[in-house]
Amino acid sequence: MKIHEFQAKDLLRAAGVPVLEGKVARTPAEASAAFAALGTPVCAVKAQIHAGGRGKGKVVGSEQRGVELAKSAEDAARIAEGLLDKTLVTIQTGPEGQTVRQVFVESGCAIDRELYCAILVDRAAGSPVLIASTAGGMDIEEVAAKTPELILSEPFDPDRGLGAYQARLLASKLDLPTKSWRYAEQFFRALCQAFVALDASLLEINPLVLTSAGTLVALDAKMTFDDNALFRHKDIAALRDESEEEPAEIRAAAAGLSYVKLSGEIGCLVNGAGLAMSTMDLVKHHGGEPANFLDVGGGANVEQVTEAFRIILSDPNVKGILVNIFGGIMRCTTIATALVEASQTVGFSVPLVVRLEGTEVEEGKKILASSGTSIITADGLTDAAQKIVAAVKA
Amino acid sequence: MSILVNRDTRVICQGITGKVGEFHTRGCLEYGTRMVGGVTPGKGGETVADLPVFNTVAEARDATGANATMIFVPPPFAADAILEAVAAGIELVIAITEGIPVLDMARVMPVVEQSQSRLIGPNCPGVITPGECKIGIMPGYIHTPGHVGVMSRSGTLTYEAVWQLTQLGHGQSTCVGLGGDPLVGSSFIDILKLFEADPDTHAILMMGEIGGSAEEEAAAYVKEHVTKPVAAFIAGRTAPPGKRMGHAGAIISGGKGTAEAKLEALRDAGIEIAESPADMGAAMARAIQRRG
Repeated sequence: MKIHEFQAKDLLRAAGVPVLEGKVARTPAEASAAFAALGTPVCAVKAQIHAGGRGKGKVVGSEQRGVELAKSAEDAARIAEGLLDKTLVTIQTGPEGQTVRQVFVESGCAIDRELYCAILVDRAAGSPVLIASTAGGMDIEEVAAKTPELILSEPFDPDRGLGAYQARLLASKLDLPTKSWRYAEQFFRALCQAFVALDASLLEINPLVLTSAGTLVALDAKMTFDDNALFRHKDIAALRDESEEEPAEIRAAAAGLSYVKLSGEIGCLVNGAGLAMSTMDLVKHHGGEPANFLDVGGGANVEQVTEAFRIILSDPNVKGILVNIFGGIMRCTTIATALVEASQTVGFSVPLVVRLEGTEVEEGKKILASSGTSIITADGLTDAAQKIVAAVKA
Repeated sequence: MSILVNRDTRVICQGITGKVGEFHTRGCLEYGTRMVGGVTPGKGGETVADLPVFNTVAEARDATGANATMIFVPPPFAADAILEAVAAGIELVIAITEGIPVLDMARVMPVVEQSQSRLIGPNCPGVITPGECKIGIMPGYIHTPGHVGVMSRSGTLTYEAVWQLTQLGHGQSTCVGLGGDPLVGSSFIDILKLFEADPDTHAILMMGEIGGSAEEEAAAYVKEHVTKPVAAFIAGRTAPPGKRMGHAGAIISGGKGTAEAKLEALRDAGIEIAESPADMGAAMARAIQRRG
């Protein structure tokens, strides 16, 4: 689950990580008032959307950037006016962009250097890792690809946290002046503690700023949380902003399904993430374009499968559906019953190709055969892919 | 011979009194697995599928001589269940549970590493040696005894591959589901070592997916240390970037994690590539034939 920058900064401030003062504004008047209240000569007015690259991003139909500096209350109001209820396109939003519903007006600071840091759980290390780089404010993936030696990393135990020596090691490699090391120690250790305490899956500070006073400040903050741990963080779950998410993906999540909308015309309903990705690969291999990734999971019931059909069919691009189920926990009889019920209750007119294998497969096939529906059955993956591609192109 | 499990493996189920735990305990019994008991705290003394239920893993081990456990405990308590099994000295811990918080697993990993136990999973289908022992949720009938070792990060994709092998007449020595979570107990390399050392495994089929760098590491290991024919499939060639891998997730592996990078590493190691998921069994057959 993602949250907004201003929400992340509230959490970080409470955890003892230095951030600047700021206020959220939903109208230009509020932005103007925020500027006056903050009382610094310069403020940043920042679009709040769940995507990065805002500084270089532009509002559709204007030259307005997603982050700009304001030197007066009028300036802040003007920038807010240019952003609010407008569509911002950044490198991470895709060409359709995202609507800006609120801006964050943040006091300025005197910047000496811009650095980068992030925390994530590293598969190879088997633990959380603090990453830092002198290449702040830049596209960090490009830095990692072109100059991997500029990426520093320090793994840490979730319960012991980051050692003070590890923070000093990073401060030294980042070439921070020694008078700043105590700030680095405090900043990095508090950040790592917040990551663990909040069950984050990604915490990215880009840029991390060395101020001219020698302190460290998180100028931006991007936080993503481990969905599997939200059960123990009701307060964080409450920060969810559903208006930032794809409606069909929210619906799917509510039904316990994993759905990602794509741009093709063949809807896919599969059990298991690996098989779901492979089914997309297969559709493409046979000349079709998948309309979505949809994993119904291991133990889906009739209601979930019916909802999965409704979600797939809510995409107007869908011209046919491929169901590929290899039953393990999921019994083929469950999916067959659900398919028949869904085809009757949802009532779709696009062709439906079904490939079943696994637990209770013979009984499942019997249910489909005796249902009197127009379901096309397939034997094996290639047969299924060929049938759905042919049906959609017919 | 086989790896990890065989007809002598004595298995308990943690979470046996739950609906899913009971269903799959019965499935394993039907397959012929030597299920010897189960564990649910507070339900000691009951029976499920005619098996004794114990309050703790240590009690279950002492009473039954169990050397393997299959975990179906719900996500909030599953990491603790793994630690309990390790503390009781269970040799093989197979965690089926999906949805364990990743930092819970980060706390479990060092404990497992310093123990004598081997952890498979979590979020995996389990381990099966066809005709001898099934521990997990895979449909038994698709497997047939033979000499191909199978390992995968994805459950249902493994079933698909096994089914193709069976239909082509290639039986399996042992099939291992490693699990789809970011942190899992055993890696491709851990299992490659076992397959390479097992005289009954003549060839190896692996299924990977986009993200991380486990496949690249496995490819490098195969190139240096594996003498048996290997075939591989990578799921997610057509997946759009950025949807599942976090922004910073790509950094640590220095641009690795794409299907292309993985396929290149696998090819470079002389591994036969399955071009489509329908080609996995055939790719294994090609790799075997190539070696004569």
